Amino acid sequence: MRHGKYPFIIGFLAVPLALYGTFVVAAYVQVFQLALTNWSGLGPVEYVGFDNFVKLWHDDLFWKSVRHNLFLLIFLPIVTIFIALVFAFLLNVGGGFKGGVTRGVWGSKVYRVIFFFPQLLALAIVAVIFGRVFAPDRSGLINGLMPESFQPWLFLADGRWALTCILAVLVWQAVGFYVVLFSAGMGSISHEIYEAAALDGANRITLFFRITVPLLWSTIQVAWIYLGIAAFDAFALVNIMSVNRGGPDGATSVLAMMIYRNAFEFSQAGYASALGVVLFFLTLTFAALTLRVTRREAVEF
Amino acid sequence: MSEIFDKPSELDRRTLLRRAAAVGLLATPAVGMLSACASGGGDETQKQSTGQKSAENPLGIDPKAPVEIVIFNGGFGTAYATDVHTPLYNKKWPDSKVVYSATEQISTVLQPRFNAGTPPDMVDNSGSNLMDMGALVKAGQAADLTDLYDAPSWDDPAKKVRDTLVPGAIEPGTYNGKPFAMNYAFTVFGLWYNSKLFAKNKWTPPTTWADFTALCDKIKAAGLTPFGYAGANASYYMVRAIMTSAAKIGTEQVLKDIDNLKPGAWKADAVVKAAQAWGEVGNKYTNKAFLGLKHTEVQLQQDQDKLVFYPCGSWLENEQAKDTPPTFEYAVTPLPSVTTSDQLPATAINAAAGEMYFAASKGKNPQGGKEYLRAMLSKEGAKGFTKLTKSLTVVAGAADGLDLTPGLASANKMLSAAGKDAFLGYLFDSWYKKLDDESRSAVNELFFQGGNAQKFCERMEAASQAVAKDSSITKFTRS
Repeated sequence: MRHGKYPFIIGFLAVPLALYGTFVVAAYVQVFQLALTNWSGLGPVEYVGFDNFVKLWHDDLFWKSVRHNLFLLIFLPIVTIFIALVFAFLLNVGGGFKGGVTRGVWGSKVYRVIFFFPQLLALAIVAVIFGRVFAPDRSGLINGLMPESFQPWLFLADGRWALTCILAVLVWQAVGFYVVLFSAGMGSISHEIYEAAALDGANRITLFFRITVPLLWSTIQVAWIYLGIAAFDAFALVNIMSVNRGGPDGATSVLAMMIYRNAFEFSQAGYASALGVVLFFLTLTFAALTLRVTRREAVEF
Repeated sequence: MSEIFDKPSELDRRTLLRRAAAVGLLATPAVGMLSACASGGGDETQKQSTGQKSAENPLGIDPKAPVEIVIFNGGFGTAYATDVHTPLYNKKWPDSKVVYSATEQISTVLQPRFNAGTPPDMVDNSGSNLMDMGALVKAGQAADLTDLYDAPSWDDPAKKVRDTLVPGAIEPGTYNGKPFAMNYAFTVFGLWYNSKLFAKNKWTPPTTWADFTALCDKIKAAGLTPFGYAGANASYYMVRAIMTSAAKIGTEQVLKDIDNLKPGAWKADAVVKAAQAWGEVGNKYTNKAFLGLKHTEVQLQQDQDKLVFYPCGSWLENEQAKDTPPTFEYAVTPLPSVTTSDQLPATAINAAAGEMYFAASKGKNPQGGKEYLRAMLSKEGAKGFTKLTKSLTVVAGAADGLDLTPGLASANKMLSAAGKDAFLGYLFDSWYKKLDDESRSAVNELFFQGGNAQKFCERMEAASQAVAKDSSITKFTRS
């Protein structure tokens, strides 16, 4: 059947590639072109060279947004992967070793379903729900639980903590998916290895760091990249949850939010495109770096 | 067949990962969507219908051509268009079909159509997702409404349309001397309170700043929050309060200078004094948690008598109609005079025409769009609008004889008390969205985050001068 291979592949790929070319690649090329103009979003297009990038260099909000994206880029993967790994470990191996099989803690099947719930909710709904959870007065879920004498926490209205609140929601939403991902990875680690380690007297912590993590390395790497890309976005949550969309006073502004506001509210599509180009290269750099830095021989088993 | 699948080494995990990452990367949402609305052609205009001008048909529309309108589905609803204006238009032009649609997202729905050169004929450009009117005018997408305002009015052929409107109705939609947008709803701004609560506590609405702060002390002692606004999404209500106070201290010229981006306009004595006075209210008489609340949440707190004064426009009563308990009756009072030497009297208020409607110059039937606007500006059209939306219109005397709700009656009373001291206010927020955005953050800083008047004024001055220097932003002036 060798002769049928290429028509078969082409038949499958032609339509998606055409769609991808039209709606993604062509759009990207146009963004690069628009970044060199002062197009308002309506009307004529005028080329201004690299003016937009010069303006961007001097824009405080831009640097603030980059810092916020970097903050998310560092903490979102670390916190999410750590929590997800611990949960996945507890669900699969944490219950100890009995009758030749490793097992999760008691009730792990129920937990697995519960952890996955956030993933089923649309991000916009999650944002609205957490808007209530973090409400800065007694009507908020957290502040409502506090005793009467307690001065309510401001959460999103406090510039120092607003971004951390957004991070918390991102983590909450993402953990479930990675618990499932890591569980699947752990399922493929053979029992003999755990058995042997357990016979050698390894406790659960040693099992986790010496067996589970190294054998799951490539899965963790995938998770890292996906979470990193999510950290470059964060648009929906910031748009819905934050004070003044990106505030208070720019405290939660991220690049995607800046792009949206410049393009659709400030009528500066050219400037927004320049921001888009920067975001493109940042994301590209991140992906390339991550692949390079985390390169490691996979452990064969 | 099997050859595709049986060579795992070709597509190992690492390659798959790299490809997946690349795909994920290219799918980063915000970047690609920009160019989705990039302009295609732009210059070619579609075929437009016109008809013979006559006394009956002053705008020269084609009586058989359909007219397409898009209404913003927001605080005013859409019934005024479908049940009042469209039937009124069709009574005169039975053969001209009104193609109607409504949306909550004006910009998302319509901007691509404007760029493709196929806009609707008449647009209600309102809501939080409205299109930048200044940019539309600059791009030549909005039709000049001079002929509409000079046409005979719907009800009385002896009177021009412009002569049937309240003073200051046309100015907000004027860009560099020409009218491009018709602002229809007439809004009066002030401090809203519960008149029943005031009667119960024997409080009276203050006219001087000393009265105001004394009353705030009493309110605070009674365990209520004297004054507040929603920092999360409605801080521009507070910007308006400060601007109004500044105008009362130093006349509307203060605001005109600000709109004209005049250097030093934000550091004018009147602005500093207004910011100082309101900054102090923020320090002493508000609830800091309001910074994180949305307008609906703060307005609800007022309806529950937890908050006493709320700066807002006359749409408030209608917006809160469902949540207003029987113990609550809306009333409004002008912002108290800040100093004893204010140049405008205590009764002076900010009253402006809002809710922009415009005819698209590149639509299929722009004259038809204007004719629809002319129908809206008729007495009957305005009356129907006020009845359905509980909002006044720019049509003079159209609310006379209508049974008004307490809040609207109070607003009407405040408006007549102000007389010639009702001023238009400022336009920089619709002219320069970036400056508007900065003012929202700056006012939150002043009011909730321990800022001070000097910082506020310096920050706004810097932002204003940055806009003035930015050649990519179209400038407007007023006098």
